[in-house]
Order: sequence, then C-alpha cells, then structure tokens
Amino acid sequence: MYPEYMSESLEKVTQSRNKRFELAKSGKPIYPPMNAEEREDVLNKFHPDYKVESRRKVRIGPNKGESLTTEVTDMLESHSRITSKLFDLTSPDYETDILIIGGGGAGCAAAIIAQQQGVKSIIATKLRLGDANSMMSQGGMQAAVTPQDPPTKHYLDAIGGGHFDNKPELVRALTEDGPDVAKWLEELGVVWDKADDGTLQVLHGGGTSRKRMLSCRDYTGAIILRTLMDEIRNHPEEITILEFMPIIELLLDHKGQCAGGVLYNLETEEYFTVKAKATMIATGGYGRLHIRGFDTTNHYGATGDGLVMAYKAGAKLMYMDSVQYHPTGSVFPEQIAGFLITEKIRGAGGQPLNKDGEIFVFPREPRDVESSAFIRECLERNNGIQTPSGRVGVWLDSPLIEMLHGEGYINKQFPAMHRQFIRYGIDITQEPMLVYPSLHYQNGGIEINEKTETNIPGLFVAGEASGGVHGRNRLMGNSVLDYNVFGRRTGKYASEYATKAKIGTLSLEHVDKYEKELKDARIKTKRVSPILLPYYTPEDVRKRQLTACYEGTLR
Amino acid sequence: MATKKTAKKKPASPKKKKTKTEVPEEVMATVFIMGKAHKVPADATIMGAIEYAGYQLKRGAGCREGFCGACATVYRLPGDYKIYTGLACTTLVEDGMWLSQLPTFPGQKAIYDIDKIEPSVETIQILYPEVFRCVACNTCTKACPQDLEVMDYIQAAMRGDIEMVMDLSFDCICCGLCAIRCPSEIVQYNVGLLAKRLYGKYLSPKSKELEKRIREMKRNKYDKEYQELLKTKKKDLKKIYYERDLE
Repeated sequence: MYPEYMSESLEKVTQSRNKRFELAKSGKPIYPPMNAEEREDVLNKFHPDYKVESRRKVRIGPNKGESLTTEVTDMLESHSRITSKLFDLTSPDYETDILIIGGGGAGCAAAIIAQQQGVKSIIATKLRLGDANSMMSQGGMQAAVTPQDPPTKHYLDAIGGGHFDNKPELVRALTEDGPDVAKWLEELGVVWDKADDGTLQVLHGGGTSRKRMLSCRDYTGAIILRTLMDEIRNHPEEITILEFMPIIELLLDHKGQCAGGVLYNLETEEYFTVKAKATMIATGGYGRLHIRGFDTTNHYGATGDGLVMAYKAGAKLMYMDSVQYHPTGSVFPEQIAGFLITEKIRGAGGQPLNKDGEIFVFPREPRDVESSAFIRECLERNNGIQTPSGRVGVWLDSPLIEMLHGEGYINKQFPAMHRQFIRYGIDITQEPMLVYPSLHYQNGGIEINEKTETNIPGLFVAGEASGGVHGRNRLMGNSVLDYNVFGRRTGKYASEYATKAKIGTLSLEHVDKYEKELKDARIKTKRVSPILLPYYTPEDVRKRQLTACYEGTLR
Repeated sequence: MATKKTAKKKPASPKKKKTKTEVPEEVMATVFIMGKAHKVPADATIMGAIEYAGYQLKRGAGCREGFCGACATVYRLPGDYKIYTGLACTTLVEDGMWLSQLPTFPGQKAIYDIDKIEPSVETIQILYPEVFRCVACNTCTKACPQDLEVMDYIQAAMRGDIEMVMDLSFDCICCGLCAIRCPSEIVQYNVGLLAKRLYGKYLSPKSKELEKRIREMKRNKYDKEYQELLKTKKKDLKKIYYERDLE
C-alpha cells in the first residue's frame, strides 16, 4: 500500500494513462530516443561513474597506475588471508582436470561441456551450487533467432550499447553462438516462452533494434540455472561439487601456469589444496561491495572474489572503472529496496513516469543512459517521488502493460514481480511501481579472448567475472547469453588445454610477492580479500563483538 | 573495504543509520531466533531481523529476493499451534514469532540420462516412485511460500500429465518446505524439475525459425557481414549504429 501523500501523484499517473495507451497502441514513437550527444551529456552529468571520487588509481599489480572504481581499488590493495609458508604443496588434497571456481551459470555450463568430453572437474563454490546472480535474472536472454534479425544486428546493438569499447571478437562470439545456445538449452530441457506453433516469443530490451529477448516467464535465470544444475547432478562421477568451499587464492606452477587453488571450508575453517590441469574463474560480480553506497540487485555472495585472486596471480583486468546501475531497482516498500524490477517490464511496454505522470525518457535506452536520465529527473529536475524513509524514485507504469496486451498478461508473464509486490499490498496490475537505479553488474573484469583464455596460461574466465564482452555497458539479456556462450567455450577450450597440460612444481610465491608489493608501495591497510561475505550487522552490535573480525570473514 | 555496508543507502537520499538505541520502542518486535529472544524493528523481514540481531549468515541467505530458496524458514506465532513456513528474505517478522531456518534439506534426486527417458508416467514411476504414495493431504500446497498448487502438480505427475506439472511447478524455487512437510516423503521440487526438463526437451513445439537460423549459422551465412563489421572503424561503426532502423 502506498502512503496517503502519494495519492495525488498516483492520480496523475492514472489520468495520463489512457492518452499514453492510445499513443503506444498507434505505433508512433512514445518518446524520442537520445542521439549520441544527448547520451554523452546525461552520462557525464549524472552517471555515478563519472564523478571524480568514484575512481582511484591502483598502486600495485598488473593494472598499476590505472584508475579503477574506488571500491575495487580498495579490494585489490589488500592482504591475502594466507602466506606460502602455511602450505605443503607437494601432496595436494584434491586433484582434477579442471578446477571450476564458482557454481553459477558459467561454471555449470563449463562443467557440462567438459563432462561430455570425458574431462573431470571440481566445482568449488562459496555458497550452494546455483547461489549466483544467474539464478536471479528475470527478463530474458538475447539471441538472434527471427528472420528479420541477423546475428550481426545483435552485434551492432551490443557494441553500440557498450560505447564501442567492447572487444569485437568477443561480441562476435557472443552473438554468433546465441542461436545455438538457445537450442542447446532447450535440448537440456529449458522451457522457453513460445506461441502454440513453436515460434519463440521475442521482446525488446533496452538498446535492442530487433525483438530478440527470449524468456521463461520472469524466472528466466532460475529455469536455466536449475536445468544446468540438475544436469550436473546427473554426473556425480565426473563432476564433484564442493559447497561452502570457496577458493581463496590460485596456485601457479614454477612455469607460471595456473595449476589449481587453495580451498577454504567456510564452516570448519580448514584449508585444502587443489591441483588442476586447468582452472576456471566463474565467480561472478561484485554488487555486494555496495559501490557509491548504492543498494544492489545482486546475490549475497557477489563480492568480486575471482577478480582479486586472479589479480594477485598476475591477470590483467579490463574496464574495471565501469559499473552498471540497473535503471529499475525497487525503492518502495523499504523491505525490498534495491530489488530488481526486470527490464522485461519496459520491454513489454511499461513506462517510466515522473511525479506528474509524464514520460521523460525513451523507456528502452541502454541501461547506463536510462539510469542517468532517472537520476537527472529526480535530482536535477526534482520530479521524483520521495518515500517515507527518505529515498527517491520515479514511477514504472505496469498497469499500461495489461491495457496493451490484455488482462492476465502480467500474471502470466511476470509472476515473480506480481508476487514481490502483492506481499506488501501493491497490485502491479492496478498500480505502478516506484523505482530508482540499483547497483547491478560489473561491466569489466578479467580480460579474456574468444577462447576465454587470460594472460596466465591455464587460467580461463567466463561470465560476469570476465571483461571485454560488454565494453563499458552491458545490454539486458546479454549476461544470460554471456555465461552460456563463454561458459561453454571454457568447457571446450579448458578441456583441450587440460588434456595436454603438464603441471610442474606448485607454488604460492605470487601471494608473498604481492604482499611485498603492498609493503613497497607503503600501503597500510587492515583489509583482507577475497572478502567472501558482506555483513549487515548494526554498528552497536559490532562494537560489542570485541574479538570478531569482519575483514575477509577471518575469524 | 573503505565504504562499508553501514552506508548502503543511496547517497542521493542519505538516511540515518539504524542502531538499536535510536529506534523507538513502539516500533520494535520481539522475535525468538532459534529460541533466543531479540528485539528487532517491527517492519523487518526475517532475514533483516536475523542480521539486525548480530548474525553474519553463512547458510540461510542467497539471492535475498525470493528466487533461490536458500532461506526457507519455519515459525510459530504466540497462542497458535500451527507451523508456518516462509522465505526469510520476503517474510515480515511478527511480535512473538519463534523461528528457525531450514538452510538445506536431504531431498533425494534421481540420476538419469535426459536423452534416454520419455515424457511419460512410466518415467515418473521409475525415477520417483514415491510420488504414488501421495495421500492428497495438501500440506505441501499450504507450505509453499510461492503459493503454488503443489499437490495438484503431484497429482498431475501421477497421471503422467507432464505439461500440467511443468505449468504448475514453473515458479518453484526449490526451497524444500513442501518436502519437509510431506507425510509421504515425496521430494516435490525435484519431480517438478524433471517434468520441466521433459516438457522443454520433448513436448514443447519446436521453433522452425530457430532451426532455420541454426542451419544458416552452420553454413557460415553471416561470416562475410561479420568480417565487414570487424573491419569497420569506430567512427563509421557509430554512424551505422545511430542510423540503424528499429523494429
């Protein structure tokens, strides 16, 4: 239930709805999309990335001297949990062909492909298998499957959305593999939204020139990932799952090849070593760093662990100055602040409106542009709606969707969104939602090529942890595609690598070396990374926890 | 880290951080977390309350938005004999609530080769024979935090109606609350998952457009177009991009 003082603004939304419906139905443009100059202007003035204090130069490691997102620099400039002295690496506790770090979409896809080629793997994951942002994607997956949409159109949309900074060969791989991924997933048992004759349902997303968003209602990620997880659990002989067992540092060998990692049992607090012929980082993103103080749509474990492990081992990062804020994070009620409101809502015709019920931006700009326009509307033009707890947001008009597509459409296509709000007495078939940008995605990451290789032999990266695919801004539906495309590619190329690789003497020297770099750069800090878990403990409780340590979940 | 979770609100709307001393008494509720009493904000979710009380969760937290099923919780309310179920991330606390989390459940999963099974009642009989022990008590449906018709899809599974199982179990988040309450020891969520995979692979009508596109890709139909695009300079690419037509 919205508070009484919002009723005047809600009334204006209702009043303007019929007119907006007529316009949307007529097929005429409902609002002009921005040109290149307008996009640049709104980004420069309002995108959180463009503030001076949002970036800081990193003083050590492979990207030394480069300005990165401040919270990322902080995380990189921190101590390891361990030193090489603590470990006898001559008799590793586990041995496998491929060590997969992270049990989300990319890791699961890689394990399945490897298994099909008779290659064994261990999936080491910090929480449960499938506790990942992949599980939470709602709106869909892009894949060019219609006659009017050649994959090269998808290429153009992705590269334009990324401000032309994407690595072209990665965008080609992403878009070229798209149709095959759609088919592969269906053959594994994913239930795509379809017409009765089998035609795949396609919708628009922000920045798409063709309708190419495939979906599974608004549980797209949940359906895909649970299918992959179920397939993995059908192969216990080849795929070992280690849950609540994050890798906390990589192992190298004396030739500089990546050769496994150090496991930490989150519950018993023991450490173990894993020797592997190839290693994959599939640890996802960093939303739980709460960059610039933003709420996040991300899952509990999204603390950027893979980034810092790879960095300490010498891997290069790319575009780690670029953060994605999803335009439509929820701001009311307070209990669901920051939660994702799927972009599929705008794909289906939902419109962002200001306090006067007026549309102020083309609803499907690329995410960074759309978010910046929301921030401008609230902060500069003062046209936002205040919540009782002091947040601010704009309306996202969902009842319009029912008018456009017919009654019952929201319940059929958006069961998760309907559920999310009806708990709090807001029926989104009747009333709009209140939204503001929420920290959503790590645009950059560990630099890869189209085989998902990094500059460290034997180290592969796929999914959100990787950098270069999306340039400096990802489009909706390209992350689900990303983890499938590049997860599968890791499965293929890491398997090939593993069958040939000869691992030498294992080493953790790079960890000691990094520690020395910290010291030489006179960086004084108590920070420990990987961070592993965020905390939401009130300050006064922490004051009484006299012997507790929150840095890197060290106890 | 430099910025901590204490500042997890937007800078645009700075809000004073809640501490126990600042919150007025009347908006607090007493909840019993695994038997221990804690005063927490009355409008908190169960997960918010657990963290407010000082726990740093390892198990029992995942996506925190109702998709992953990590935070299944059982609770009782004062003066009420009933056992209630919910997700900690989306269920609000109530005064006097006595709660315990169910972070994992030993539900059995059948091992099968998806390429070698059929979308039929026989498959259900072989892989999940306990389904036929269903006594139609509807306890699973009452336990479901997603309000799914769980018993109806188990009944549909007994009839071999794979499509109905798929449809009714589509939004299942595999939290395990149905299975823990089931007197027949059925693992409903895994039955739903099997049916969804069977439907997607075998029963869902195939897309002709997709098949056509796959054939095109196999004969490298777009190779030349890609080559052109990869060669195009950034400046020209920008021009093409901003001039492209929209569907």
